[in-house]
Amino acid sequence: MKSISIKNNQQIPFDSIPVLEYEHFLDYNTSLLQIEDNHCVNYYGVSQQGNIKLICCVANDKNGLINISSAVVSLPTTLESFSQYHLAFEKFEREIHENFGIQFINHPWLKPVRFPINQSDKNNTIANYPFFKIESEELHEVGVGPIHAGIIEPGHFRFICNGEQILHLEIQLGYQHRGIENLFLQKKKLQELHTLAENISGDAVVGHSSAFVNLWETLCLQKTDGDLHFARTLASELERIAIHTGDLSGMCTDVGYQLGSAVFGRLRTPIINFFQQWCGNRMAKSLIRAGKTNFPFSAELGETLKNVLDKFEPDFEEMCDETFGSPTVMGRFEKTGMITNEIGKSIGLVGMTARMTNINRDIRASHPYNIYATLAHQPILKHHGDVFSRAQIRREEVKQSIAYIRDLFAKIPSENLNRKPLAKPTSNVFAISLVEGWRGEICHCAITDEKGELLHYKIKDPSFHNWLALALAVRNNEISDFPISNKSFDFSYAGHDL
Amino acid sequence: MISLVLIVLTSLFFMGIVIRTKSIASGRKGPGLFQPMKDVIRLWKKGAVYSKTTSFIFQIAPSIYFASIIMAILVIPFCQHKGIISFNGDFVFFAYVLAFGKFFSIIGALDTGSSFEGMGASREALYSMLAEPAFFILMGSFALYTGHTSFHEIFVSLHFGSYISYGLGALATFVLVMIAMIENSRMPVDDPKTHLELTMVHEVMILDNSGFDLGLILYGTNLKFAMYGALIANFFTGSFTILIGILIFLAVQIIFAITVGVLESFSARFRMGNNAQFIFTLTSISILIFFGVLLIMGKFV
Repeated sequence: MKSISIKNNQQIPFDSIPVLEYEHFLDYNTSLLQIEDNHCVNYYGVSQQGNIKLICCVANDKNGLINISSAVVSLPTTLESFSQYHLAFEKFEREIHENFGIQFINHPWLKPVRFPINQSDKNNTIANYPFFKIESEELHEVGVGPIHAGIIEPGHFRFICNGEQILHLEIQLGYQHRGIENLFLQKKKLQELHTLAENISGDAVVGHSSAFVNLWETLCLQKTDGDLHFARTLASELERIAIHTGDLSGMCTDVGYQLGSAVFGRLRTPIINFFQQWCGNRMAKSLIRAGKTNFPFSAELGETLKNVLDKFEPDFEEMCDETFGSPTVMGRFEKTGMITNEIGKSIGLVGMTARMTNINRDIRASHPYNIYATLAHQPILKHHGDVFSRAQIRREEVKQSIAYIRDLFAKIPSENLNRKPLAKPTSNVFAISLVEGWRGEICHCAITDEKGELLHYKIKDPSFHNWLALALAVRNNEISDFPISNKSFDFSYAGHDL
Repeated sequence: MISLVLIVLTSLFFMGIVIRTKSIASGRKGPGLFQPMKDVIRLWKKGAVYSKTTSFIFQIAPSIYFASIIMAILVIPFCQHKGIISFNGDFVFFAYVLAFGKFFSIIGALDTGSSFEGMGASREALYSMLAEPAFFILMGSFALYTGHTSFHEIFVSLHFGSYISYGLGALATFVLVMIAMIENSRMPVDDPKTHLELTMVHEVMILDNSGFDLGLILYGTNLKFAMYGALIANFFTGSFTILIGILIFLAVQIIFAITVGVLESFSARFRMGNNAQFIFTLTSISILIFFGVLLIMGKFV
């Protein structure tokens, strides 16, 4: 047996993960990715008595299983890279290289990822990042950031341009690194872990906290109550509506379309204000808790939300028609920042970014969690992979989410008044939790020790490997179209840097 | 003299009307009409900060840019009255004194050594260059039509008699409005509100300017708008008395400001690569005016 297959939100004894020789490990996982339905959800290293245990999780979108395999290597070592066979492993291998100093042969781009405090090579700093250079009289370099003119997170973009045309973009991140994965091990109170999960990426609070609580309940072998499943699903779809609408506003701002910028901005407000009514803040923080809820969803709240959506939907539709019917806006959206289906597959895109290149990849459909199994989710796909596709996906996903929420209203479950208190996590287990946040697949993996405490915690935000899509999408575009391309993807800096 | 006073007067509230129009169009109340001017005065009270990498060019550029605009305004006539400076061929002087100011603002931007500012400067230079033929063919056609070569004489002897000449007036207004938008780096060619260095044209050139210099540049934009408005108004006020002329002048300026506001509210900025093409179409519209003039004069064989 080369791997063990588990479902989303399932725990297995840590020892039951098959340990392969590295050559077999490489062969097995790279051959898995030859099949289109498979994609790598996480590949990382765990330090074990001086050795490194590499754990690779490859999800199959067709049968809803996740194949987990591992290999143990001792340091220092030089290994054949996965990336030479499949580019989707590129970012994961860079991370392993950075954390443990493992050298990968034939890796195309073995550069620092986020400069963690416990990195193996302490001489790596943000200041001496090895940027790609092209020597030429005609070309010029443009560096943007890490401090930007707008209110966005820090990140450095270095362009190599031929006049107005971008030849190459290199994205250097790591400015937001907070050591979240280590904090997960240091903090022992569940309340602290919740707060950490909520702050992985400030705009995907529901996504990351759902992933965490689903994982935690799996570790504790707790069966989640129906009303908790309901609230998590509802919050997740509301977050999708709010962020997608806000992003449409941002995209209009970046092309200088004032009407869309103002109206979409206004439309986002009632949705996040509803979170305020529900849980006391507009970011949905403190809403999702493992094994309980502090803010049960009542019938009155349901009535309020229904009114909010009834007012939201026609305005949203009208403004979308107006925006997508405006020739000047379409002139900017169409054929800007294109990613082809082939590139999308090769770099292992996930989430909305994958779906806009016609890759059918949606955790809600392939590895359903919470109550998505009963919703029979149909992913929305677009073909062109340009800014317009991303805008259209946002519009249609907002409509779809509203429809789901209306469906959910049909039966609002009553609060379970005698909940079982959470048990301690099972000892020596491995568990994985996948959630489709509004950006895409969020993956949390945990390993517990013999006392049932966290031994290792691994977070993967969809932005982690999707950032590469932006760098590829802007090639041969005008440099002045970079901001609109960037906003249309809207990746997370904090989610990447952790 | 009257034209200078009127233009300065209009420049005080012109941007205010534009911003107010945009605010109302997006469902907001918007600031007072004199807010942009108050901002400029606030800047004028401040000192400027100069980067160590810049030379004296960067320091003199804003003043020369501003002076060039004042110089250009001096040749603009009003009704029957000449501008403060008026001579044969003064519209050529008008265009090139503005270009001189622009040249200094471009080398001032290059002087900072910033990669953004060089980019902005190259864009601005390209757009001005492409807009130039439109202006000259336009003014040249009217010079041919009236047989005079100074602003004052052209406008005084310009009488709209036939339908074709009304058409010409409308086309000329369109061309001038668009030239004003390009020269002032407004929509749809440039987005003055953007915070994104990479998409800016004019804004990125003045990133390093601060305090008094920035105030001069911003007020220069207000003046330039009022100046082009005055030029448009002159097409209609040539044969009227001063009193009616002033009314028409103010009406034209206000309509012009509202047009700018509406144009900026309901359209997105063009793709940078399409701008050049768009600006060049203005030249073809100017050529239409030229053919119209030939038609009126019976010179079409």
